Amino acid sequence: MIEVTGLVKTYGTKRAVDDISFKVNRGEILGFLGPNGAGKSTTMKMLTGFIRPDAGTATIGGIDVTVDPVAVKRQLGYLPESAPAYPEMTVEEFLCFIAEVRGFRTAAAKRERVEHVLGLTHLNSVRSQTIETLSKGYKQRVGFAQALIHNPPALILDEPTDGLDPNQKNEVRTLIKNMAAEKAVILSTHILEEVDAICTRVIIIARGRVVADETPAALRARQPGARLDEIFRTLTA
Amino acid sequence: MSQIRPLFKREFLGYFRSPVAYVFLVSFLVISVSLAFSRYGNFFKNGTASLESYFIFFPWLFMFIVPAVGMRLWSEEKRAGTIELLFTLPITTLEAVLGKFLAGWAFLTLATLLSFPMALTVGFLGQPDWGVMAATYLGAILMAGAYLGICALTSALTKNQVISFVLSLAACAVFVFLGLSSFTTTLESILPVSVADMVSNFSFVTHFEAFTKGIIDPKDVIFFLSLMGFTLFLNVVALER
Ligand SMILES: Nc1ncnc2c1ncn2[C@@H]1O[C@H](COP(=O)(O)OP(=O)(O)OP(=O)(O)O)[C@@H](O)[C@H]1O
Ligand SMILES: [Mg+2]
Repeated sequence: MIEVTGLVKTYGTKRAVDDISFKVNRGEILGFLGPNGAGKSTTMKMLTGFIRPDAGTATIGGIDVTVDPVAVKRQLGYLPESAPAYPEMTVEEFLCFIAEVRGFRTAAAKRERVEHVLGLTHLNSVRSQTIETLSKGYKQRVGFAQALIHNPPALILDEPTDGLDPNQKNEVRTLIKNMAAEKAVILSTHILEEVDAICTRVIIIARGRVVADETPAALRARQPGARLDEIFRTLTA
Repeated sequence: MSQIRPLFKREFLGYFRSPVAYVFLVSFLVISVSLAFSRYGNFFKNGTASLESYFIFFPWLFMFIVPAVGMRLWSEEKRAGTIELLFTLPITTLEAVLGKFLAGWAFLTLATLLSFPMALTVGFLGQPDWGVMAATYLGAILMAGAYLGICALTSALTKNQVISFVLSLAACAVFVFLGLSSFTTTLESILPVSVADMVSNFSFVTHFEAFTKGIIDPKDVIFFLSLMGFTLFLNVVALER
């Protein structure tokens, strides 16, 4: 579903992403790990067509992002880092806007989708509050709701559980797991247990390069008996 | 192109979701009307039933007021990071540019048309030439669009709204000053007359003046429309780079 080959992005003299390649099939949940500044968000931005890669290609459902960006964007649900949203809109107005741009034009279709994601992400209690007055966790949920509204075949989530309370973290993980059967999901995270909890595969990147691409079990097997954070430290040091 | 509608709607209603719209509309009316009644405008003294003394200040007024509307168009999206959301939705850059521009233009048109009580007053006091009046409104709206095209472009260049405002103001000022007689005389003294003529042809003042006299010259209409087209094209280029 998602295929990345030889992706490169340079900012000035700094290589943020240095020749990254990987593949994600439907039914897979790929955990994207790496220290701060490793290039996780930059890779995702190139995948979603927000920034142009200096070299390499990214295809979603067989379509090259740089060739037909609109077709790719139609198949993608994307939660950018820190979940940006229009602060002066209410949660409901914002989701209606996204639904409309996503092609749900009749009032009934729009309503149905918005109600559906409001329920999924437990936003009903704040639906008529403006986004600027929401707490961080609720804002994050709005970003998540927005990414799910058109039930996309590919989901790209940049730190989806960032800022959520433990209950919500669990809820979001369960949600992703339940949806994953017919979707290709990439999520980045700094929480190593998340990898065990939901990911079917892990990619660890450091300084813009892939240093591990394997199942969580294989990752553990690298240093039997060691904690995940110790393995992470050895790999990214 | 059907994607323009939701973008337009969000942007246009966005003006009214914050106090910005109301503050703007009220100040615009207060300033424009008081200029007309000031001793520079002589709304009453000149004794003619027309809005000429009202509209005469519009090129100057727009120079300040349109940047205030235009500065947030892209700068705000960049600052808040919502531009990443916008451009990962299934829309083209052109659709986004047009949606935003048309929303801003519609808002400025609304502001301009809110002066209609002034027109009614004139109609009540005398026999104005309604044709001239309509032409003037058309000219003002076209001119607002041209100013807004410039401001949308400068707004796409920075995420700082203050920089955006100052850049827009400077760019708009150029298009006003080109037409001032003192400026053109200076130009003529350093450049060949034909070149100086061409330069002053880019002035908003000159093109707008024809409308206030009731003349709808296709040349003036095309001037404003092509300026909009050109700035919007550059806007797309600036965002895609
Ligand atoms: N617009 C930019 N201009 C210059 N450098 C940038 C820009 N965006 C990212 N970088 C640099 O690229 C590198 C990778 O950044 P990126 O945001 O992809 O990291 P990340 O892996 O997502 O980190 P984090 O875990 O902190 O979110 C960093 O060194 C960052 O400073
Ligand atoms: Mg990041």
